[in-house]
Amino acid sequence: MTFRISIIGFGAVGQGVAKVLLCKRETLQNMGVDIQVVAIADSRSSLINSEGIDLEKALQAKKTNGRIGNERTMSDSALEAIRDLEHELMVEATPTNIKTGEPALTHILHALGSGKHVVTSNKGPFIHNHATLINTARDNDVMLRYEATVGGAMPIINLIQENLAGNTIHRIEGILNGTCNYILTRMADEGLDYHHVLLEAQELGIAETDPSYDVMGIDAASKLVILANTAYGNNVTFADVQITGITEITPETLELADKNGYTIRLVGEASKDLLTVAPKLVSKKHPLAIRGTLNIATIHTDLSKTITVSGVGAGSIETASAILSDIIHIYKKHKAH
Amino acid sequence: MRVSMDIELKDTPGQLVLALQPISEIKGNIQSVVHCHDKRTPRGTVPIHVVFEVSKNGLEEVIRRIEANDVIVARVDEKRLREQISVMLIGHIVHTDIRETIDAVDSTGYAEIVDLTMNMPEIKKVSSAFMVIAADGENGLALALDILRTTAVEKGLLVIEPIKENAIWM
Repeated sequence: MTFRISIIGFGAVGQGVAKVLLCKRETLQNMGVDIQVVAIADSRSSLINSEGIDLEKALQAKKTNGRIGNERTMSDSALEAIRDLEHELMVEATPTNIKTGEPALTHILHALGSGKHVVTSNKGPFIHNHATLINTARDNDVMLRYEATVGGAMPIINLIQENLAGNTIHRIEGILNGTCNYILTRMADEGLDYHHVLLEAQELGIAETDPSYDVMGIDAASKLVILANTAYGNNVTFADVQITGITEITPETLELADKNGYTIRLVGEASKDLLTVAPKLVSKKHPLAIRGTLNIATIHTDLSKTITVSGVGAGSIETASAILSDIIHIYKKHKAH
Repeated sequence: MRVSMDIELKDTPGQLVLALQPISEIKGNIQSVVHCHDKRTPRGTVPIHVVFEVSKNGLEEVIRRIEANDVIVARVDEKRLREQISVMLIGHIVHTDIRETIDAVDSTGYAEIVDLTMNMPEIKKVSSAFMVIAADGENGLALALDILRTTAVEKGLLVIEPIKENAIWM
């Protein structure tokens, strides 16, 4: 069975998906998983080939020309370009819009509504419309998977939904933003002040030019909302999270914490009644005192007790690996039908 | 509350029961008994050290009954504050009247700031404080934290609380 997929959004993550499909061609073949990319769309152009796109050429074109294919006219959206194309699964990897979730929300709802499975790394649509998305997928008897929206390569969404099925989850605590974790780690290690380390992080590409989403805890809060909705099904939104960022932490604070056996981490905590993102004191011996850009999550359950998972929270290939895992899962389930 | 008591027994059988029974009678919870068989006090009695939990009102009655059994109660230490939490504050802590901040917690009667260290860089920069709050129980601690949070908001201070400790990691 050939699975035809479209990739909407060809930035770091979209390209990562293409690269991963290329370098894992043989592995996938050996697994009996047959995937063909029939459409790729970026913000200005699209490429369609119902026989299957040459991913290597596509990546090269993007690198050379800054776009994937024929430039679309202003009135056409990525969606319209692929609207009539028959395929089984859409990968939605456009940039996250925290405020409206668009255009990803429209892309995903349309794909689900037209009987296509969806795999995405885009947090935006989930922050305000989690239930709508899940229900739409269910109503159309297709699968929607979003492991890549939280924690990059670190498995957490599927861990909660599948491996911990049957458990009641009491609480989830996690470090979900690698940028903040890097900054706090460096400040403590070197006694450098916040602004200096932020500049360092920007230079290394660990922080954006506008770092506010990261350092003000907005990114962590978005991920926390997705985790909470996944674990508790309680339809919480971004507005339900109490957020404090890391901008007021000083090297002196970290030094004083250190003297007493603690460090400070930006921790997201989700229980059924409370959602918070805030800098917290963490004992230096505790796993949540994780270093650098890594992510970590601890899930407190009734039956399985405490489960802790950690991994690389961001990165083109790392995020794409989560997307690939979701695609393979859907492929196998679809085949079994 | 938790009490640690030094008791002296005569060197005759049955004494230990006479010392410990009153604690059980008052529904106290004995947590540790160290019976130094081979030691003797200058009075020739056998020292034992008992740690137990009892209500505030029960302690006096326990002491009365132990002494009524003709057992000597040599020393009583009350540990009233048994739950602790570490928090940090960041901001212009001293200049927003640090005494008032400390009093807000201390004046509750069920919680106290038992340790406070500060780091104060140059004058215009914010300070950091590391505090340990002790309370007589979990509820008292939660209430004290609430008071600290409210006080901090009023003064523009940032409170950094610890993560909820999980028994497995302790």
